[in-house]
Amino acid sequence: MSKDIKIKKGLTIRLNGEAAKTLSSAPRSRTFAIRPSNFHLITPKMVVKEGAKLAAGDTIFYSKDNEEIKFVSPVSGTLTAIERGAKRVITRIVIEGDAQDSYKDFGSFNPETMKPEAIKSLLLSAGCWPFIKQRPYDVIANPEVAPKAIFVSAYASAPLAADYDFTLEGKEKFLQAAVTALSKLTPGVVHVSVAKSGSSPLKGLNDVNLHTVSGPHPSGNVGTQIAKINPVNKGEVVWTVTPQDLVIIGELLLTGKFNAERTVALVGSSVKTPKYYKTIIGAEVSTFIYDAGLNEENVRVINGDVLSGNAISPKGNLGYYNTTVSVIPEGNDYEFMGWNKPVFDKISTSRALTFSWLFPKKKFDLTTNTNGEHRAFVVTGNYEEVFPLDIYPLQILKACLVEDLDAMEALGMYEVAPEDFSLTEFICVSKQPHQEIIRKGLDLMYKEIG
Amino acid sequence: MGLKQNLHKLKEKYKGTKMAPAFNAIHTFLYMPNETTHSGSHVRSADDLKRTMNTVIMALIPCLIFGMFNAGYQHYLALGDIQAANGDFFSANFWNWNNLTVGLWKVLPLVLISYGVGLAVEFVFAVIKGHEVEEGYLVTGMLVPLIVPIDIPLWMLVIAVIFGVVIGKEVFGGTGMNILNPALTIRAFLFFAYPTWMSGDKVWVHGAVASTGQPDAISGETILGSLAQGNPAGYDWLDMFYGFIPGSVGETSTLLILLGGLFLIFTKIGSWRIMLSAVVGALVMGFIFNGVVDAGWISETSKFYGLMSTEFWQHLLIGGLAFGIVYMATDPVTASQTNKGKWFYGFLIGFISVLIRVFNPAYPEGVMLAILLMNVFAPTIDHYVLQGNIKRRMKRLKVKTA
Repeated sequence: MSKDIKIKKGLTIRLNGEAAKTLSSAPRSRTFAIRPSNFHLITPKMVVKEGAKLAAGDTIFYSKDNEEIKFVSPVSGTLTAIERGAKRVITRIVIEGDAQDSYKDFGSFNPETMKPEAIKSLLLSAGCWPFIKQRPYDVIANPEVAPKAIFVSAYASAPLAADYDFTLEGKEKFLQAAVTALSKLTPGVVHVSVAKSGSSPLKGLNDVNLHTVSGPHPSGNVGTQIAKINPVNKGEVVWTVTPQDLVIIGELLLTGKFNAERTVALVGSSVKTPKYYKTIIGAEVSTFIYDAGLNEENVRVINGDVLSGNAISPKGNLGYYNTTVSVIPEGNDYEFMGWNKPVFDKISTSRALTFSWLFPKKKFDLTTNTNGEHRAFVVTGNYEEVFPLDIYPLQILKACLVEDLDAMEALGMYEVAPEDFSLTEFICVSKQPHQEIIRKGLDLMYKEIG
Repeated sequence: MGLKQNLHKLKEKYKGTKMAPAFNAIHTFLYMPNETTHSGSHVRSADDLKRTMNTVIMALIPCLIFGMFNAGYQHYLALGDIQAANGDFFSANFWNWNNLTVGLWKVLPLVLISYGVGLAVEFVFAVIKGHEVEEGYLVTGMLVPLIVPIDIPLWMLVIAVIFGVVIGKEVFGGTGMNILNPALTIRAFLFFAYPTWMSGDKVWVHGAVASTGQPDAISGETILGSLAQGNPAGYDWLDMFYGFIPGSVGETSTLLILLGGLFLIFTKIGSWRIMLSAVVGALVMGFIFNGVVDAGWISETSKFYGLMSTEFWQHLLIGGLAFGIVYMATDPVTASQTNKGKWFYGFLIGFISVLIRVFNPAYPEGVMLAILLMNVFAPTIDHYVLQGNIKRRMKRLKVKTA
């Protein structure tokens, strides 16, 4: 039962600095870091101390709420530092890598014949569970609740995001193993969505419901696809996994190794030669950023795409889930009469002396400037133009702001994740922090309703 | 050291102090701030609230300029000094220096008072409450001089603006939080606080009040006023469309309002849903009244006859209906906030405007009351639209569990 998903509402943001389709190996990083803040609402409980020797796949910490969910080391090396912030919250776990990786062996399996319980316990113990996220709440899945379906989006429509057709080339075997295993964990099916045009390596998979998507961003967001295929109702749970994480899961199943290798797209208008790099989760991003070169000093480095990523320092490390690293100019400068002069070099959905509508194919150099100050919500009707879900975006944001749990639930809070609001945030005239508002709303619901 | 650096230093100096919002309000008019994104999307689109409001003001400027010429034109026409323009939009009888001089002397003070007093109130509230000065008043301040009679005493305007900004907006929490359109609140205050002034037939043409009782007294009657009293309109429809008629300062030229409306729709700042449905609503109500007259249910002696028999499409040309629909009904804060709700909201504004106009000859300007009424009901409309969405979600759940 495949489906053709066509999105009309949305906005494709064209930016300069798309990665050239060439793959280089990044220089081996000296240190690797895991930031527990990548795992939302997880409180880490350390199992190893500073100075411990680790193989790739050895457990570093587990979740305080569920001991079964283990987080493992992406490389072999020595744990050199556990950095803590306010209230002794762990901010970073630093591992100094060995020259050559040694892997913990979890044993190889045939996913076709594995029992669901065996799959689950393998994924939990080998540190692959954090790759499975759930909706509602957009957090790491609760292993005790079987999802009604599992969703994989293999179409990245976000600006400059890594092209899955390129990064997943040749990984069909691992992808197949992973979806076969995952399909046993749900009474429903695994929905895989690929771009309508293009030759995705996921097109030939078995044990899945394949869908093709077309249309502007956010058509590639898994939240959009869930809404069109099988929306989340109250009391239901769906899981989402990204294709690059399926590769790691698949490799674990077939070879018994936790191989945290990533193909990362280094993109953005500040990068001299944007292209793809082979590296490892937690690696220092400077290893490949300096290889590619930067056009300017005053830049922002982002783990992920420019709409939903996290800012890190240029000395920071690759995030646990990211396959895109964006580098764009910081916009911390004033602009003379910026509020009323005609604008040709920025994107806008209005035509209020903004002329991006004249050049639909033009690629832009956007900076991190907000282009205006924070204001109360005033304009209405513009979010709906870029928001394809059957949800009223302005009203749900206001419900979150006033912490009205009943309204949040009724208006569809179970269906959304912060990234679904990245486009409404982008076009917001009042410069309101939509994703932060939604995240806080989801956290509140998680705490109050669970 | 350029201006930019000096202002930046001043901004850092005032940061966190009481006067910071006042300084920033002026600073950000000169330079778009150096603020960068801190959470969520790292890039943002080019539009901000200042640009949005500025677009509305640009759409209002032609009405303001026309209003200045019209002030002089009506004045000299009533005195008998000049010939009527008679359906020629570019008539030299209208576009001349004498007319503009009268307009400048009469209208500019209104603009200055409106902005000066209104922004002063805004600054005071921003400083007291420690939030930034929001741009909402930029449009309100331009609307106010356009919807008041030309001969309104300035002290009245001062009181009305203070009342409108404080009671109509600031008590609710400022821009974005108000229930009633502030510009219309100001006008409604004028109407009900000084009814003898505002509803009379003297204030609409400059000089009419001063000449009262003299042998050469001039009439300052609007078309609505004459129609309400059962007199003929006395103007060709083309004159009404071009705007060579007495009325509030900026509301007379339907042609320029139409162009302004199209500009707002093109820039995607004004809601075409509200404008279109309000026009349809007004036409429908006008059409019904025409039908009532045609059916002979109303005799010529009835006091409703004058306005009821007005051809249905001419309602859009007289009074402030067109201006209200384009510039006031579309205020996003006080209108319905859902796209579906906007259809109902707009339709009812048009519909009720003509209804009030016909049945309430004492206040023939129905559009003001209609918009204020629908402002109050907009949240109710949105509530039912949202209920539709919520019910759909509930139904999905029931199908699942059944």
